[in-house]
Amino acid sequence: MYSVRLWSVRHARGMELFYSAFEKAVVALHPVWNWIGYERVEKPVAAIEKLFKGFLFDCKMCGQCALSSTGMSCSMNCPKTIRNGPCGGVRANGHCEVKPEMRCVWVEAFAGSERMVEGKKAIRIVQLPVDRRLEGKSSWLKVARDKNPPPPKPAAPVAAAAAAPATSTPPKAP
Amino acid sequence: MKFEDEPVPGYPLPILPGHTSPGRLERVLRAGAFAVTAELDPPDSADPEDVYKRARIFDGYVDAINATDGSGANCHMSSMAVCALLTRIGYAPVMQISCRDKNRIAIQGDILGGAAMGVANMLCLSGDGVQSGDHPQAKPVFDLDCMSLLNIGRTLRDEHKFQSGRKVTFAPRVFFGAAANPFVPPHEWRGDRIAKKVAAGAQFLQTQYCYDVPRLKAFMQQMEDLGVLDKAFFLIGVGPLRTAKAAEWMRTNVPGIHIPDSVIKRMAGAEKPAQEGRQICVDLIQEIKEIKGVSGVHVMAYRQEESVAEIIQKSGVLNGRVPWYPERDTQKTPAKETT
Repeated sequence: MYSVRLWSVRHARGMELFYSAFEKAVVALHPVWNWIGYERVEKPVAAIEKLFKGFLFDCKMCGQCALSSTGMSCSMNCPKTIRNGPCGGVRANGHCEVKPEMRCVWVEAFAGSERMVEGKKAIRIVQLPVDRRLEGKSSWLKVARDKNPPPPKPAAPVAAAAAAPATSTPPKAP
Repeated sequence: MKFEDEPVPGYPLPILPGHTSPGRLERVLRAGAFAVTAELDPPDSADPEDVYKRARIFDGYVDAINATDGSGANCHMSSMAVCALLTRIGYAPVMQISCRDKNRIAIQGDILGGAAMGVANMLCLSGDGVQSGDHPQAKPVFDLDCMSLLNIGRTLRDEHKFQSGRKVTFAPRVFFGAAANPFVPPHEWRGDRIAKKVAAGAQFLQTQYCYDVPRLKAFMQQMEDLGVLDKAFFLIGVGPLRTAKAAEWMRTNVPGIHIPDSVIKRMAGAEKPAQEGRQICVDLIQEIKEIKGVSGVHVMAYRQEESVAEIIQKSGVLNGRVPWYPERDTQKTPAKETT
């Protein structure tokens, strides 16, 4: 909802605090996700994510959430889906050139980022091209997967063998 | 400025150390000269002569010609085709690439193809929304945005590979540019965004129409504070207004264009508004030229292209320099004889 979306940006700092705690929990639950199977939890988790983030941010489920880098204003709501905005068409009143009734999501984004701690720096980093294969998938599970490099206690012995040399190299210090 | 290693028209210039392209525009800018670029209004026609006619108007006054890519989301001859025609006879085009109509597969193919044809400059744009053009029923693509496009272009050029990681055997040698609009909100963050574009790979920037010099000065100050001035060249957009009414219409109906009241008033008070419009343009260029970090101007004289020569001449920014054009270096211009 538009008004809720604006509210979320106004409370970007709170959102940032909540998310950093939430992300830790999701990442810590990796063994659980792994035990059930990431493919199997994908659908229900994505549905929950869509419900919450859809309500708070008008989330479009790009599957690679950048809210922490966009001042808690979802850049996929930009009619041009620009992930590095704002474009040059912003109206004098700060509204969108394509949808004149909507405030530019990037004007919102920069305002939101000013309220954040990490977000203030993150908005200045270039966002790379979107991986369209992830559309509709859960971004939370992606973070959990990405932040847990090759399973520490994998079921498959082949993976364990592959991971072993990598972990055994660091303790080389005299 | 005549390069010693001036090649046969249509052939690339040798790439100098520290340069990334075999183009004239990069040469002129890196040599520290004040560059002039202009925008070619692409024809709604399949006749190549329509392109050459429009390019010839600028002969002797511009260092590169921008070939727009469906600007304003309106359908015209493609930028790729305009560039193909222009490079054939040696002109230096700036190929505009918009993310609106093509995905990354098509765009990377165009970067390779454009470079193969001799396009040395490419301007990476997000593009106007389809809603603002003559085909609002079209599907907007926007697979990339200007910055991810810059990133992909730079990877192709410097790392010799597609976004997929697959290698290219001969990398495109391109001078990459981007657009900037310092004249619309959010002013305080415009500098940050351009710094991001430069970080993504922009080597030159062409701005939207400038009618507000104090605003431009503030923006250039931001660029200096962010340490961007020595990393990219800034070409400031200018253009003659035709009448006060047209100016008023432009600022209310064309998003991204900011014209202060003082300019409109000056236009309204003029006896010959078109002439006054050109004079305002000359005055602006002279003022802009003095701003720190400005390397040139980009003239967008939409439907008044014939006035570009006069404006540049009057402004004196070329300082006696004659930019290359097809018959510049042949003493006697061979008359266009047809057998």
